[in-house]
Parts: sequence; structure tokens; C-alpha cells
Amino acid sequence: MKPQTLAEKILSRAAGRAVAANDIVEVTPDRCFTVDDTIGAIIRYHREAGVTRLAMPDRVGIFCDHYAPANTAAHASDHRAGRLYAASHGVENFFEVGQGISHQICVERGLVRPGELVFNSDSHTTTLGAVGCFGTGLGAAETAYVWACGHIWLRVPSTIRIWLTGQLAPKVDAKDACLALLQTHGAGLATYQAIEFSGPGAETLNIASRMTLCNMGVELGAKTAFFAADSVTEAHYRSLGVAIDVQAAQPDPDAMYERDITLDLSAIEPLVACPHTVDNIDTAHSQRDVAIDQAFLGSCTNGRLEDLRAAAEILAGRRVAPGVRMVITPASAWVLEAAMREGLIQTMLAAGATLTTPGCGACAGLHLGVLGDGEVCISSSSRNFQGRMGNASASIYLASPATTAASAVMGRITDPRSI
Amino acid sequence: MRITGMMRVIGDDVSTDLLYPGRYLTVTDRAEQARHALEGMGAEWPARLHGISIIGAGWNLGCGSSREQAATALLGAGIRLVVAASASRLFFRNCINNGLPIITSGSLAGDLRDGTWLEADLSQGEAVYAGRSYRFPPLPEELLGILRDGGLLARLSRMAGAA
Repeated sequence: MKPQTLAEKILSRAAGRAVAANDIVEVTPDRCFTVDDTIGAIIRYHREAGVTRLAMPDRVGIFCDHYAPANTAAHASDHRAGRLYAASHGVENFFEVGQGISHQICVERGLVRPGELVFNSDSHTTTLGAVGCFGTGLGAAETAYVWACGHIWLRVPSTIRIWLTGQLAPKVDAKDACLALLQTHGAGLATYQAIEFSGPGAETLNIASRMTLCNMGVELGAKTAFFAADSVTEAHYRSLGVAIDVQAAQPDPDAMYERDITLDLSAIEPLVACPHTVDNIDTAHSQRDVAIDQAFLGSCTNGRLEDLRAAAEILAGRRVAPGVRMVITPASAWVLEAAMREGLIQTMLAAGATLTTPGCGACAGLHLGVLGDGEVCISSSSRNFQGRMGNASASIYLASPATTAASAVMGRITDPRSI
Repeated sequence: MRITGMMRVIGDDVSTDLLYPGRYLTVTDRAEQARHALEGMGAEWPARLHGISIIGAGWNLGCGSSREQAATALLGAGIRLVVAASASRLFFRNCINNGLPIITSGSLAGDLRDGTWLEADLSQGEAVYAGRSYRFPPLPEELLGILRDGGLLARLSRMAGAA
């Protein structure tokens, strides 16, 4: 049989036959989740189409993360509808307000496993590639279709291999590596393709860093982005007491790649994505004259324990600059609890930062942390599109947690190595 | 599958935040969604779609969120075809699966001018524009089938009705 990429392997299993890049195939996912901003549409679509039962309720999950707690009656009603729907359709995986972001919960609780095909009605489902999953986003109509039928069409992607070498320097984050890729290759690098992160640099990256890289894969246009399972993956699942099959998430040795790209992690420095596109990249140092109004630390890109540690290290013994507000949103309740046990939250609050409920936070501008007219925000999230944080006249700069915290302290964009 | 109409042209990297701002995500009616189509580019944009049936776009159309309102708001506004140099995977899928034809072709999209007419045949992979003909890879038969059905939800209604 022809050697297969990991994407081809996972989709072959999901399709029940050998598939190759560019085939259009019908696949059955291992999981198909949704989030609060889409559950209302799914329920309405099922009602209109006369769908009364789900094909695989045990593979479904519903997460309240995009606007939790609700800020409007309409958002609260989405949560309520989701709760009632889960109860009446046998969906056990319902995650309440405050539990956190879907992708974070999936990885930290072992809800998804290496080699699985996972759908979620959220573009950042690529994050799950950190543990060797083929994670990809769906729209509302497609999710409603999968829940009813149990399968859907997919185009098998070709794969770009990003060969990582070296190791990130202190105060340089996996986020900077994402921004470096966007700087060199642009937001269209991997449109409709898969990205496989590989090479000797991969083993220097923990699960949190891998999640950041796979998360931003979608900003490079990728359908999915992943690391093959290795000893880091095994250690993660061992700590959860969850058995996995490492072989289910390995490409064949002779697999054909569309393209090979090399990224030397040790050569990367702190970067920022300037308004209003993710590939408008400059060094943090060069943007040091940009004054900020808000610093946001959170999101599925950089709201993990490791990210809070990096920010707290900079904020310890310092103060957020006058006139600047720093908003911290842990990616999950588990992250919040762990950060409290380590004293990170106390350190950051003492520096003048404020804390919100775990979830997506200010990233999508849907319920909190919205920007005022003409304001500037530095954010550890993944998107700086015009209007993203709820105000078309505001500007968003994307950066690592360390750069975000350093900028909060200085009141302007700051290379974290300089303080 | 042939489509003819008047075109409105937008630029490169038009994200889903520009196509359909997040503050309207709870709007479910497509006609109501249409009142906010492209509003992220400016308050005047929804009205600029009156009498328009084709959107011409540059590279990386629909980058960002999985929100399908980016596609369904265009449908609500009377758009019957999208031509882009390239489109994000999620936007492409949301178009096809909601029954909105989309062509990705750099050579065709690069020549399009605002307020002009285009004629395209999706099954043949041919377009006629400004007296010139263009070829593009036709959509796969599976996807044309979804478009002929009017999208996945129409297909679902038929299946549920037949069950």
C-alpha cells in the first residue's frame, strides 16, 4: 500500500477505506462537538428538518465558552437551550459556564485521543493536533448534519511538514514561533492543507506549546495541524490515567509531503502581529512606541498554566502601568485552580491585573473586554482582524503572554527581554 | 449549473469579522442577517449589495471564525455566487453546505471589476467575463450535488421526511 501521511491515515480509518490527498470522502468522526455560539442554530436546524434523534449522542459534546457567563438574554437563552437539548438527547458531555474553552477541556481531561478525527463548530479545533488528533472546525449546518447522520464529506488534505530545529530562547514563546511562520510564509501558507510539526525541535515543546502552534495553524490557513504522538504525548495521557495508542498517530516513514519548511526555534525573537491581519509581523522591539490601553491574557491560543506562569514571572513585584487595564482569562477552571495553587493569580492581582471567568474571554469581543473607540489592545489571542474585539475603530496587536505582560507593565509594546 | 449577475468586488483578507461582525451571531433569520452582511467593512456595505448577485473577492476570503453567517448573510442578501482568488476552508465549506456556489480562481478573480457582469458555468468550469472566457477547475460532482439539493439542510429535511 502507498505510504500515507498522518492526515491520510486518520481519514482512511474514518472513511473505512484507503484514501489519498485530494479525494473527497465521506467520514465518520470520533467526536463532533459544538460551542454556545452555534448550539442555537443547530437546534433550530434540527427542528426545521424534523430531526428528533442523534446518530451518535455519545460522540457529541456541548461547551459554554464563547459568552459565559452570559451578558445578554439571547446568550443566556442559548446556554439554556443547550442544557435542555443535552438532557433530552442523551448528550452527557455538557460543559457548564466557567468550565473553560472546549479545546482546552478536550486536552486536559483526555476527552480526545491521538489518531482521532474530531470536529467542533469552532475554527480553533486545530488545537487538538497537539495530542495527535485530526481536529478541524465545522459550520453550524454541517454540525447539525453530522449530529443527525453521523457522517459528512471531507476533502483529504495534502500535508506541509514544518521541520522544527533548535530550542526557544528564554522569554520567547511558541506564539512567537507562530508569528515567525506568518511573517515568512503569510496567512495563505497552508490553505486547505494539513500541517505536520516534526523534527528534533518538536521534542523540546510541551503540550501547551504544541497547542499554541496547532491553534495558530488555522491562521496559516490550515485545515488541521498536528504533532505525531511521542513520549511527550504519552506522558500527558499517563498523568491523566488514560490509555492511548501511540501508533494511531504516526505517519508512514515514506509518506509524501506537499512541501517541507524548516523553522529554527532558537533564532526566533519576540514578535507582534500588527493591525489588522495576522501576518502583518514586526519585532516587539520595533513597535516599542505603540502605547496600549488594554492587555488581554487568555484564549485557546495562550490561556494555559504555562502562559500564566510566563506573565506572572514578569508581573511579580511590578505594577500594570497607570491608564492600562490588564484582563486575565484562564483557559479553563483547571488552569485557574492550578494557577491559584501556585500563587500566580495572587501575583498578577497584586500587580493590578483583573481576573475573569474561565472561557474565551475578550478574544472574540462577544461578552467582555470589548475595546473603546480608537483604543489599542495587546493580546495573547489569535486574531487581530478589524472589529474582532467588538470595535471596528480599535487596534489589536497579537503577542506572546510574556510580551503581553511586559507591555502591560510599561504601558507600551515591550520586548519582555528588556525588563 | 449556470449563474449570471452583477458583481460587487471586495479586497484581499476579508475576514469573517468583516463579512459578519460577531455581535450579530444570535440573529437566525437570513433576511435579518443580510442587514449586517459586510457591515464590518463599514455601515454602508449592506446597502451596497442591493441588486448584486455575485461577490468578487481577492485572496484568503473568509479567514477566521467558523461562523456560517458569513455565508448565509450573503445568501439572505441575494448573492448567488462567490468568486475568490482563494478562500478559507471553513468559508468555502459554509458556502457549499448552505447552498451558495463558490469558485476559487486567481486568474478570474484578479480581473474582476466592481459593477460589471459575469456569467459562470460551475459544472463545466467556464466563465465569460468582459468578452473573455476563463477556465477554472469545476467543482467535484459530490459538491455540485449538494448545491443542486440547496445545501445540506435541505438534504437533511428530505431524509428526515422520508424516514
